[in-house]
Amino acid sequence: MKNWFLRGLTAGIRTEPLTEGAVSAALSPGLPKTTEHTGTQRAEMLAAACPNEAIRAVEAVAEVDEDRCVLCMRCKGRDGQTWRRDVAWAHPNADSQGPLEPRFRRSLHVRIIDAGDCGSCLNELAQMNGPAYNLHRLGIFITPTPRQADVLLVVGPATRQMQDALVSAYEAMPEPKRVVAVGVCAASGGIFGPSLMSAAGVAAIIPVDLVVPGCPPPPHAIIDALRLVCGQTARPVPR
Amino acid sequence: MLTAFAEHLRTIWPDVDWREHDDVIHADIGARYLRAMTKYFRAQQWRIGTIVARENGRGLDVRYCFYATLHPGWVELRVELDPGERTLPSLTNVAIAADWFEREIEDLFSIRFTEHPRLGDFVLHNDRLPENLGLMRPQVQSAADIPEQTREWRPKRVLEEEGAFVMTVGPVYSGEAESALFLLETVGEDVVRAVPRLFFKYRAIEKIAEGRTVQDVLLLAERCNGTSAIGNGLAYCQAVERATGITVPARALSLRTFFAELERLRHHMTSVREICASTALQVAESQALWIEEQLLRVSGELTGHRYLFGVLAIGGLMTDYDRGALETAVADVELLVRRVEPLRKALENASSFLDRIEQVGIVSGEAARAFEIVGPFARASGVCADMRAVQPYDAYPSVRFDVPAETEGDGYARLRVLFSEMIQSLHIMRQVVAGLPAGAVVGNTPAGAGSALGWSEAPRGASVQWVECDAQGIVLRYRLTPPSFRNWHGFHVATEDFAFQDFPIILATLDLSVAENDR
Repeated sequence: MKNWFLRGLTAGIRTEPLTEGAVSAALSPGLPKTTEHTGTQRAEMLAAACPNEAIRAVEAVAEVDEDRCVLCMRCKGRDGQTWRRDVAWAHPNADSQGPLEPRFRRSLHVRIIDAGDCGSCLNELAQMNGPAYNLHRLGIFITPTPRQADVLLVVGPATRQMQDALVSAYEAMPEPKRVVAVGVCAASGGIFGPSLMSAAGVAAIIPVDLVVPGCPPPPHAIIDALRLVCGQTARPVPR
Repeated sequence: MLTAFAEHLRTIWPDVDWREHDDVIHADIGARYLRAMTKYFRAQQWRIGTIVARENGRGLDVRYCFYATLHPGWVELRVELDPGERTLPSLTNVAIAADWFEREIEDLFSIRFTEHPRLGDFVLHNDRLPENLGLMRPQVQSAADIPEQTREWRPKRVLEEEGAFVMTVGPVYSGEAESALFLLETVGEDVVRAVPRLFFKYRAIEKIAEGRTVQDVLLLAERCNGTSAIGNGLAYCQAVERATGITVPARALSLRTFFAELERLRHHMTSVREICASTALQVAESQALWIEEQLLRVSGELTGHRYLFGVLAIGGLMTDYDRGALETAVADVELLVRRVEPLRKALENASSFLDRIEQVGIVSGEAARAFEIVGPFARASGVCADMRAVQPYDAYPSVRFDVPAETEGDGYARLRVLFSEMIQSLHIMRQVVAGLPAGAVVGNTPAGAGSALGWSEAPRGASVQWVECDAQGIVLRYRLTPPSFRNWHGFHVATEDFAFQDFPIILATLDLSVAENDR
C-alpha cells in the first residue's frame, strides 16, 4: 500500500495546461475548415470526395459542415484544403438554453450516456478523467446516476434501442439541466444516421444545448465544452 | 495441405463438388449435409469463421465458413434455400458456437432453425419493435418500414428459489461504461448466473452498408469499434481486395502490420487500465491511463488521428509514411513499453490486487473450445488460436513472434496474456520497420464484381468478414463478424456462481466490446 502511495507521489504533475487554441496532431486530429479555393472545380471535387456530405461547394468555396465531418481524413492535405488546429469545437445548438447559473461554475456533475458510441468517444472521455487532462481540478465530476447530474453528456447516434433509456435518463435529471452532444454521431448521426436504427443525432430525441463535433473530439475539445456549459469560459456565438 | 484436405473431402462426400480457390474450398451443398459436415470439421479442429445469410433476388442462400486452426485454409459451404423456404437445421447440437449466429440470422432474416433450443428476441429486443421484422430483408428499406408498437416484455425463464431475485444492471450504469443490460440471478450475495442482453447499440451496420461504395463501407468497418479500427478495417479491406482481385504492394502490407500492432499495443494498455480501474486501484489506473495517452499521442503524431482512422484504404494505405517518422514512433513506443514493466511488476506483487483477479471468471479450455472463444480471452484459457499465426496475412508470414498463452483461464491469466502480447507487438513493429520494402502503398484498383472472405486478428481476436460487391464497386452484402460477438457468447461461462462485487472485475478482465458486438 505504501508503495502505491509513493508511486503516485513521485510521478509528479503531468497535466496539460488548459487550452482552446492550437494543439499538435498528437493531441487533436483537427477538423477541416471552410476554404476558398482557386476554382469552382477544386471545391466541387472536394465536395464529391466527401463521404458524408460534410463539404458543400459554393462556387470556389468548399463549405465545411463540422457536424457532419467523420474525420475520414480524405480531404486532408488535398487540393489546398485548410485544417483547423484549435480545439474550441463546441458550439451551441439552435435551441440552446445557454450556460448554467454561476453557482455551477466550481461544481458540475456529469452523467455520460452511451447511445450507440463506437468506443473512441468513450475512450477520450476516460482520458479526460485521467492524469493528462485531470477533469477533477476544474470541479467537474463524472457521476454514476442521472439523478445527481447537471449535465447529460451523450455520445453515439441515439440508436433506436437506446432511445427509451436516453429519454428516461434525461427525465430523471433535476432542473436546471443541460445536454451536451459529443462526437459527430451525437451531433448529426454521423456515418450511421439517420437510418433504420439510428436517429439523426441526439437532438432528434432530447433537447440539446451544446454540440461538440469530431470523430472523436479530443479531450481538450470536450473539456472546453464542459467549461462553456458551467460558465468557466465564455465565447461569442460563432454562428 | 489444403489440396490434400480437399482430396480427403472428395473421398468422404464424392457427390459434392469441392472447388479450390486460393486458400478457400468452396462447395454448394444441400441442407441435409450440414450437420454431418459441421461435426466432421469440428472433429478436425476446424472452427466456425462466420455464417452469412443473403437474399439473392430469387430466395435465400446461407454460407457456412469454417477455418482450420492447425494450418492455413478455409471452407465455404453454400446452402441455397428453395424460393419461399425459410427453414434450416440448427447446428447447435453439433457446434454450440453456431448458437448466436443462428439467433442473429433468425431475428434479422426470419429464418427458422429447427431444433434450436432458444430462438426469439435477440438483436431486436425492444418492446416497441414488431416481432419477425426481418430487418435485413430487402422489403425493409427505411425507418418508415418499421411500425412501432407497445408490448409488455417478460423474461422467458425465471429463477425460482426462496430469497432469489433478478438484479438488473444497465443499460445505463457506471461511469463511462458501454450500454448493455445484465440480468444477475442472485440469492443474496452470490450471483448464480448472469445473462447479458446486448444490441442496445445496434446501428444495423450490415444493413446500411448495402448500396454504399466499397470505400465508404470502410468507414463503417473502422467505426464498428473505434478502439480497433485497424483490426476490423483490415479484415474488410482484405475481403474487398480478394473479391475484386486487387494486389496490395509489399510496402503497404508491411505498414498495415505495423499499424495493426501499434493498435493492439494501445488496446491492450486500455484493457490493463480497465482491469486496474475495476479493482479501484487508483494509482495503477492513472499510470495506465498516462501510458495509454502517450500511445494515443504516438498514433496521432504519426498518422494525424489518435485512433488510426483513415490510415487504411482499399488496395493499400491512404498515404505513405517516411522511415524516420516510423523509427521515431518505434523508439517512443519502446520507451513506453519499458514503463509498462514496473507497472506489471508492481501489480504482480500487490496481494490486494491479486486477491481480486485470481480465481475469478474462470473459463476452462474445454469451454473456450466449445464456444469457440477467440483472441487473448481464449489464449488465457490455453487455446492458442491466433489468426496471425494460423491464417497469416499481410507481412505476418515474414515476421517472428510468439503467441503467448496461459492455462488457468482466470482474470489474472488474461491480464498476463495482455502484458506478454504488448511485448510481442513491439517486437513485430521493430522487425517491420527494419525490413520495410520500398515502393508504392496503393495498388491497382480494378473494379470487378465478386465476393470473398477477409480475416484478421483484431486486438480482441479473430475478425471475419464477407463482402459481395458489383462491378461499380457498390456493396451488395456486407457481413461483419467481430471478435466480441464470439466472446460475448462465452460471457455466461465466466459468470457462474460468483460474488456480486466481482462482477465489474470479471467484466473488465474479459475485455469485451459492446459496440463491436452490437454493430
